[in-house]
Amino acid sequence: MAQAAIELTGINKSFGAVRANRDINLEIARGTIHGIVGENGAGKSTLMSILYGFYQADSGEIRVGGKPASIKTPNDAIALGIGMVHQHFMLVDNFSVLENIILGAETDALLKSSIAKARSELDRLEREYGLEVDPDAIIEELPVGLQQRVEILKALYRGAEILILDEPTGVLTPAEADHLFRILRQLKEQGKTVVLITHKLREIMAITDTVSVMRQGTMVATRETRKTTVEELAELMVGRRVLLRVEKGDAEAGAVKLAVKNLTVRDSRGVTMVDDVSFDLRAGEIVGIAGVAGNGQSELLEAISGIRHAVSGSVMLEGKPIDLTGKADPGELRDRGLAHVPEDRHHVGLVLAFEENENSILGYHDDPRYLRGPFLNIDAIMADAKDKIEKYDIRPGNPRLKTANFSGGNQQKIVLAREIEQDPGVLIVGQPTRGVDVGAIEFIHKRLIAMRDQGKAVLVVSVELDEIRSLSDRILVMFAGRIVGERGPEATEGELGLLMAGVEHQEAAQ
Amino acid sequence: MDIFNAIIQVLDSTIRLSVPLLLACLAGLYSERAGIFDIGLEGKMLVGAFAGAAAASVFHSALIGLGMAVLISVAFALVHGFASITHRGNQIVSGVAINFVAAGSTIILGQAWFQQGGRTPALQPGERFEAIIWPGADAARDVPIIGPIYAELISGHSILVYFAFAMVPFTWWVLFRTRFGLRLRAVGENPAAVDTAGISVAWLRYRALICTGILTGFAGAYLSMVQNGGFVKDMTAGKGYIALAALIFAKWKPVNAMFACLLFGFLDAASIRLQGTPLPIVGKVSVQFMQALPYVLTVILLAGFIGKAIPPRAGGVPYVKER
Repeated sequence: MAQAAIELTGINKSFGAVRANRDINLEIARGTIHGIVGENGAGKSTLMSILYGFYQADSGEIRVGGKPASIKTPNDAIALGIGMVHQHFMLVDNFSVLENIILGAETDALLKSSIAKARSELDRLEREYGLEVDPDAIIEELPVGLQQRVEILKALYRGAEILILDEPTGVLTPAEADHLFRILRQLKEQGKTVVLITHKLREIMAITDTVSVMRQGTMVATRETRKTTVEELAELMVGRRVLLRVEKGDAEAGAVKLAVKNLTVRDSRGVTMVDDVSFDLRAGEIVGIAGVAGNGQSELLEAISGIRHAVSGSVMLEGKPIDLTGKADPGELRDRGLAHVPEDRHHVGLVLAFEENENSILGYHDDPRYLRGPFLNIDAIMADAKDKIEKYDIRPGNPRLKTANFSGGNQQKIVLAREIEQDPGVLIVGQPTRGVDVGAIEFIHKRLIAMRDQGKAVLVVSVELDEIRSLSDRILVMFAGRIVGERGPEATEGELGLLMAGVEHQEAAQ
Repeated sequence: MDIFNAIIQVLDSTIRLSVPLLLACLAGLYSERAGIFDIGLEGKMLVGAFAGAAAASVFHSALIGLGMAVLISVAFALVHGFASITHRGNQIVSGVAINFVAAGSTIILGQAWFQQGGRTPALQPGERFEAIIWPGADAARDVPIIGPIYAELISGHSILVYFAFAMVPFTWWVLFRTRFGLRLRAVGENPAAVDTAGISVAWLRYRALICTGILTGFAGAYLSMVQNGGFVKDMTAGKGYIALAALIFAKWKPVNAMFACLLFGFLDAASIRLQGTPLPIVGKVSVQFMQALPYVLTVILLAGFIGKAIPPRAGGVPYVKER
């Protein structure tokens, strides 16, 4: 094994009563890509934040390049050649790329020389690593993939030898993620050490040399990537065997529950996002809509669930039309038996500042079950929330806890429990498992299949191809606002991938 | 020629009236660009005005008065910082509290020290900042057009007036050409980015507030030591709020701020000039209407004409390291 770039010994860190890291030992070899996996809340990000000086460990030792290091602030970490790309980018949105690069690394009190130096450095980094980006572009005008590149450049500009990336692909399209991986491999070839924090096991298998697994604040195992399997890692992460692909029987499709005909939707800029889309959703089946993010799936979901107006076309729910001109509100559709789990649970699905029990009835709060006269019936709401917590294994099981304090997976369970427990005839789910842990994914998939087996109609939109393939009875592929093909669940990844990339349907069929 | 002279006079008082607005507006700009809302500009100006006039009167020196104005105003700014940066308190509440403390304490201390009903003694020559007559101003006065402009508009103001206008390009230069300015703007937009870049968010914001305090000190000193010959209770009379309106109006940009303050100063000057004078068509306009104009104008222009004024994104939000 090569010399260690980083050695962590006996790291402990608590936030109040929560022990985020306990006795962590970790050794990362120089010039490798090292993955750290674990469920949300397992302590991965905390550990890396300690290494980056954002937090300080309560106890333990850090050695960088064999020498003991005291890292009290990000400045210390930067001086030791450690750079970090945060999950939420640490960029100033209305600054130019150059201004972001030099922030905190200015050469002197005036900006002129800093900017000149950064400009020539960027030029060199661009040639060396293929990290192209317009230095004068304003951050908020760049796509997410490029913003991330600016973060990487920021770290390299500061002379980073060790680069930590926290959930780097969460916001990227598959193509952008592939590009990122190429960059990371190139960094490795140049002798840099890369630490990749993720909960996506496929990424770990695809790119890392070694992988460490964290669970509930402890480091449970370190493996050589080529000697392990996705199944083993998933089991280590969750602490029990996990079904990555939930078993299900054949669908018994019944009557048409939701009929979408010639639906056309434009976004706020007037660009046509959904273009003449037609399909049927039947009782007892799960229809999956696959596609690269941004090909109209979001707008389709919003139109069907009454959030966005449609330009033309019709949607029939249980044989009766939905008013698409904006008069149908989500509440009315809910009453008619259409439940919607939105793609963006933070902004649309939940009020994060509310307590769990409040979110668990949100949108159904004027249901007589939860009311006593004009007032909320707190007892009934609490009982209902506790019931859902138990049924959906929402953790921590405290209905009074602020929703923001739940992990992503548990937040998603809160939304799902709310919508599924209303017993809707049609369930529309956007990105059912975005940002959700392996263990919770299994649970959510089982729930959705159970819905189907009860004879409900389920529509799933997801950018995760694996998810679409394992859940769906029929797969519709969207590209540039149109449905470009329909396949059965046996369709191969390659076949669907071609459709998603917009390659003509006939060619893909061959 | 009468009309020309009237215009020159209105413009001259426009300059005089816009100076305290401009200083306060630039003061607010430093703090708000750093992400700290400062509704306490009014209060800091008021304590500055009081401290300046009181010290100038006691020590018989305009400079000591100015120094004291700045010192006390900065002290109040630091109190705001202590509440809203160190203790992450609500910035609006802290600012309002500062305004109340300023309004009350200046009257009480003024009465206790000088027994003139909350006023400070009238300032004598040497205790005030005098007008600076530029070379040749008197000789040029009779030259048509250019003469009065030079003699009235350019020459004949106190040093604080020139200072205020010099602060406009200076502030622009600080914000957009220096390391401090880059960091200041960054911390108002995304303090987490500043923190992860290894820069102290708190220290940076404190420094911004010190800049604010210095400028509100100057603004207060101007009120009590240039515009007026002493401190009168509540003499800021809402100028701190107009400065905030001007700041929004100017979209937090220094040069815009100057024009916004000149506009508000002009409305003020025109309202004084037009008092009791019937206008064509509309006839007599009430003073209150003219005084309300800056605010009405801000609302109307913000609503439709100058487009969206986007405040610094992290404004008003105390910075907490997220878990």
